[in-house]
Amino acid sequence: MNAVEVRGVSKIFNAGRPNAVPALVDIDLTIEPGEFVSLIGPSGCGKSTQLRLIANLLEPTTGEVLVNGKPARQARLDQDYGMAFQQAGLFDWRNVAKNIELPLELKGWDRVRRRERALEMLELVKLPEFADALPWQLSGGMQQRVAIARALAAHPPLLLMDEPFGALDEMTREHMQDELLRICRETSTTVVFVTHSVPEAVYLSTRVVVMSPRPGRVTDVIDVDLGAERDVETREADAFFKKITEVREALRGMPTADDRPRTDR
Amino acid sequence: MRGSPRGLARVVLPPVAFGAGFLALWEVAVKAFDLKPYFLPPPSAIWGQFRENGTLIWEASRVSGTNALVGLIVGTMIGVALAFVIARFRVLNELVTPLAIALNAVPIFVLVAVFNNMFSITSEVPRRLMVSLVVQFIVLVNVTKGLTQVLPIQLELMRSYAASQVAVLAKVRIPNAVPYLFTALRIAAPASVITAFVSEYFGGAQNGLGSRIVSSIAISKNAAAWAYVLGACLLGLAFYVIAVALERFGTPRGARG
Repeated sequence: MNAVEVRGVSKIFNAGRPNAVPALVDIDLTIEPGEFVSLIGPSGCGKSTQLRLIANLLEPTTGEVLVNGKPARQARLDQDYGMAFQQAGLFDWRNVAKNIELPLELKGWDRVRRRERALEMLELVKLPEFADALPWQLSGGMQQRVAIARALAAHPPLLLMDEPFGALDEMTREHMQDELLRICRETSTTVVFVTHSVPEAVYLSTRVVVMSPRPGRVTDVIDVDLGAERDVETREADAFFKKITEVREALRGMPTADDRPRTDR
Repeated sequence: MRGSPRGLARVVLPPVAFGAGFLALWEVAVKAFDLKPYFLPPPSAIWGQFRENGTLIWEASRVSGTNALVGLIVGTMIGVALAFVIARFRVLNELVTPLAIALNAVPIFVLVAVFNNMFSITSEVPRRLMVSLVVQFIVLVNVTKGLTQVLPIQLELMRSYAASQVAVLAKVRIPNAVPYLFTALRIAAPASVITAFVSEYFGGAQNGLGSRIVSSIAISKNAAAWAYVLGACLLGLAFYVIAVALERFGTPRGARG
């Protein structure tokens, strides 16, 4: 069974009205369990829209999205995926543990089991001493780790991430990338990851999906065979730079977002 | 720094010193320029009147304070209830909120003159009605904002958790609105006292601080009028301090609002 299956999906915003915007056209994408797939492309290529279709935060205009072999809507209702965004989006009236517990609360877990899982997740993202801290007491990188812990709290098989490290500085960002790879390995989670950054996409992914705007579509799918274990040496390897060049070339010649108003999302 | 005795002294001392200096200057100016008591009585005379009429001032404060408090509580409850209705229906929000803001900008407490006609001459209801009306608008505007201005990402998260509308209300909208409610109370508490006083200027029973000020001036007891003014200031201050204290206790540190 595939983790994600996108079949002939198009998404038109304001369909049937004069201001209709075709955000995505004829998307086909299959993601197998355990894969780490990045969606990359200039603003307006529909990569965030694509992610929201998989998450069933948006409905496709035509075509079909399957997650875990079920319609995306059912997968959402079953909480088959966790989600993280560029902003951590923590609830500032809840402490860190309570934030992580929120999806479990909505699933009807009892207090003890929730707390236990929250502490376990904090262990996983290496913030065990911050259970009772309030979100504002944490740095941006720490908040993002809590957001990832929250996304994975219910142990979903799939993690959807929309530029989660976009607001972090370079050092924190690289550290978070390693942490994410470790967490996904330990929990064998499938990831769909939206990013602007070519090195980030290459470093993290087993496959990079290159998208192009106007209208949003998939122009290239590049396999990244850098092995399962990636570390500092991967970042300095020739194969890594070769892949970066390959993705860059696939992106080259694409019109950029400056030529047209933003239609992303 | 704040919280340590020295820090506290640094915060408290300057305004206290300024207040004492101002009173001293006032006293000296009245003596030096030989100002007539009907023009401006000296602080010492006002203080004398304040102590002499202590029981009367306390009684009058109780009447005005009760009117303000009842209006504040009723107005807050109605304001919160309306905010829930308005937050639920977007169209209503766009319809009512500008109106509420506009009404808040005009001195609607003159309406008390109309209310006075509706009830018996000794009734406190018109004044309480007036206070609750003023408070309602303040609470309504702020709480509606708190219920509706939720981060879009938090709504997307809730949707991704397959949360029901009731769950979104209970776990996101209401907690988000709590600091807004306390902000509203901080504004509404002094406003309720002011409205209670001013309402007394438009007739009705002569038992509150506002009407006492008017009647003291009418019989040329200027220092007594000022003593009632002092009582009014203290009552307003008490309401404000309680509202600020509630805000401190009710909002977790670092939360928005």
